[in-house]
Amino acid sequence: MTANVLGAVPAGIIPEPLLRAESVAGKFFLMFFAIAFFAAVFGLVLFLASLFRGRTGEKWQGVVFVGPTLLLVGIGLVYPAILTINQSFKGRSGEDAYTLSNYTAMFTQPELLLVLRNTALWVILVPLLATSIGLLYAILVDRARGEAFAKALIFLPMAISMVGAGIIWKFVYQYKQTSRPQIGLLNAILKALGFETQQFLINAPLNTFMLIIVMVWIQAGFAMTVLSAAIKAIPDDIIEAAKLDGVQTFKMFRFITLPSIRAALVVVVTTIGIGTLKVFDIVRTMTGGQFDTSVVANEFYVQSFRANAPGLGAALAVLLFVLVVPIVVYNIVQMRKEA
Amino acid sequence: MALNSRRRFATLTAVVAVAALTVTACGSGDDEGGGDDAGSTGGAIDCAPYEAFGELDGKTVTVYTSITAPEDEPHIASYKPFEDCTGVEIKYEGSKEFEAQLPVRVKGGNAPDIAYVPQPGLLATLVATGAVKPAPPEVAANVEKNMPDWQQYGTVDGTFYAAALGANVKSFVWYSPSAFSEAGYEVPTTWADLLALSEKIAADNPGDEVKPWCAGIESGEATGWPTTDWVEDLMLRTAGPETYDKWVSHEIPFNDPAVATALAEVGKILKNDKFVNGGFGNVKTIASTAFQEAGQPILDGGCYMHRQASFQAANWPEGTEIGEDGDVWAFYLPAVDESTKPVLTGGELTTAFADRPEVKAFQTYLSSVEWANERAKTCGVGGCVTANKNADPELLGSALDKLSAEILTDPAAQARFDGSDLMPGAVGANSFWKGMTDWITGKDDKATLDFIEQSWPE
Repeated sequence: MTANVLGAVPAGIIPEPLLRAESVAGKFFLMFFAIAFFAAVFGLVLFLASLFRGRTGEKWQGVVFVGPTLLLVGIGLVYPAILTINQSFKGRSGEDAYTLSNYTAMFTQPELLLVLRNTALWVILVPLLATSIGLLYAILVDRARGEAFAKALIFLPMAISMVGAGIIWKFVYQYKQTSRPQIGLLNAILKALGFETQQFLINAPLNTFMLIIVMVWIQAGFAMTVLSAAIKAIPDDIIEAAKLDGVQTFKMFRFITLPSIRAALVVVVTTIGIGTLKVFDIVRTMTGGQFDTSVVANEFYVQSFRANAPGLGAALAVLLFVLVVPIVVYNIVQMRKEA
Repeated sequence: MALNSRRRFATLTAVVAVAALTVTACGSGDDEGGGDDAGSTGGAIDCAPYEAFGELDGKTVTVYTSITAPEDEPHIASYKPFEDCTGVEIKYEGSKEFEAQLPVRVKGGNAPDIAYVPQPGLLATLVATGAVKPAPPEVAANVEKNMPDWQQYGTVDGTFYAAALGANVKSFVWYSPSAFSEAGYEVPTTWADLLALSEKIAADNPGDEVKPWCAGIESGEATGWPTTDWVEDLMLRTAGPETYDKWVSHEIPFNDPAVATALAEVGKILKNDKFVNGGFGNVKTIASTAFQEAGQPILDGGCYMHRQASFQAANWPEGTEIGEDGDVWAFYLPAVDESTKPVLTGGELTTAFADRPEVKAFQTYLSSVEWANERAKTCGVGGCVTANKNADPELLGSALDKLSAEILTDPAAQARFDGSDLMPGAVGANSFWKGMTDWITGKDDKATLDFIEQSWPE
């Protein structure tokens, strides 16, 4: 949708020197200008809101507070989204007559079907694995000695960007002939154990799973942190009561821990699920979508910006949107229930 | 002296503006700040052609390119005589995301004045948006005189838009002269000789350690492009330039028997486990080897030959001597017989999105012999061959640049632009790359060509 966002800003709305700050001084000026501008707008909103008093005034205050947000969401999100949806029905170029060809292509062309299959694999496996590993880890280290250190270990990958993680794991999977010195950790281990070295990123469908491991590595820390906090929030008296009733370890987990952290679990699974649907960085960094590893977000970029098929790219973006919406709705419904 | 102080002020502003970006601009600023600026610089040229465009002092031209550091510095240096003549400031911006970002900028109403577009196919796409300005008559006249062969690549639907800028030769095979002479191998002069030599090397080196060829096509999201160069080179050789043109413009389908023949010839080398992939492993390793690293085994004896364009010169480790008696050198990828000399080339097209006088003047400069010579003089390490056939080849510093210029200006040469750059983006920058990658990892010839053919947009 990037193209549309930029296209939606009419040329000349921002003064030219601010669009191209090239010198260091210019960049700093731009930064301070932006901060000052933000403060000014914020002050203006607060000032306007303070003008209204009384019962009807409160309604107006609401309008003043929500208005700018609605306006910006409209310009930055709704308008481009409508443009994108419109474009997706207008053939490969996004400028022809209305047709469903992009959608039929998406569900009939073998290459694009493969993309959908890969995305399905990601969306099923990553939330499942990341959440289970995070949950298991949270329970294992809960109140153990060195808990903080153990948690930091698994949380660290969260601090690494997806591109950084992609590059790190690309080195881990690096392939060299069995007879040569190995620089990839995984192949070095294989060689030390006497096996042939493997091309983890080339051999399909193994390579998709190798990429999924990277995402799980990043997200497990997130799951662990949130779930660990939820576990700690379980009131002690419930646990003690259960213990007095003679509840054993597994039953304790099944009937006490799990129901108590249900809300947190839902948030974790859906958040990771949405993040996984949109995964792009890892695939682009590690394989560029080659060797049958492409996913919807990557294919959307390729079609829009490289293959000169913005219409098809838009259709893929719409598909992504359609897939994310139910998860978001489910998430909101769950949160409402808890509240 | 009013002019001088104004000039100095303009230079000062320019220095402040681009200080963060370009060391070269700083250097030139220092020179001028030192005192007598007018006409004292080494690269002084005849300013007359640019005076016709009127008073340009203090104007700015923005240039957007895919040429990034460190190759950008010599480029910027070559603009200096023009800047000295006219007082126009050239603002240079290089980006590795050039191909993806340029259409976005054009659509967003934020186009640069001039972009160096390396793909005629992309030029056609940009022309279709209506944002590209036709080349001014001065540029057309220069092109007629200096680079007639390149005119067709800057022409869309009969209108001439863009002059060619740099040029490179892609039909090179890199080798180590010393390794060849030690083993008693001769540089082959026909395609059959090349295959025979490969057989001989393979027979002389049984086992998996040393192979005749090394290759690599990994290039991030552009993975696969080096194989497309192979196919294009062989199309030129087995089918001839006329059929090549038809193939590129889709007058014959992508899965035509002529293409199948060319692909089969490529397969004799790239899909033969006996011939590849020296230093890396079997055929499949071609897909995972970065193109920048693919030639390295030549230096440690892992392989004998590596096919790559002239810009491979930048991929050798620092200190590698390039030359006939150096560590590495290149020979022309031979034709089927010695009577023909097809050459696969690449280059950039100077595309203008504005027709202000200063932009036209700069376009004129870039298509002139003066610029081509200045480019050769300020070149640095190499890669400064231009499409300009009237440029003085003696000014070129590097041996490889001289060899490239020699091949390009050879009267027998039949130069053709890199086909994947001419095809529509959906093929040339997507399915061709992807198809050739899958071909390396195991897909057969027919399935590969059928896949690329069905992806050609109607």
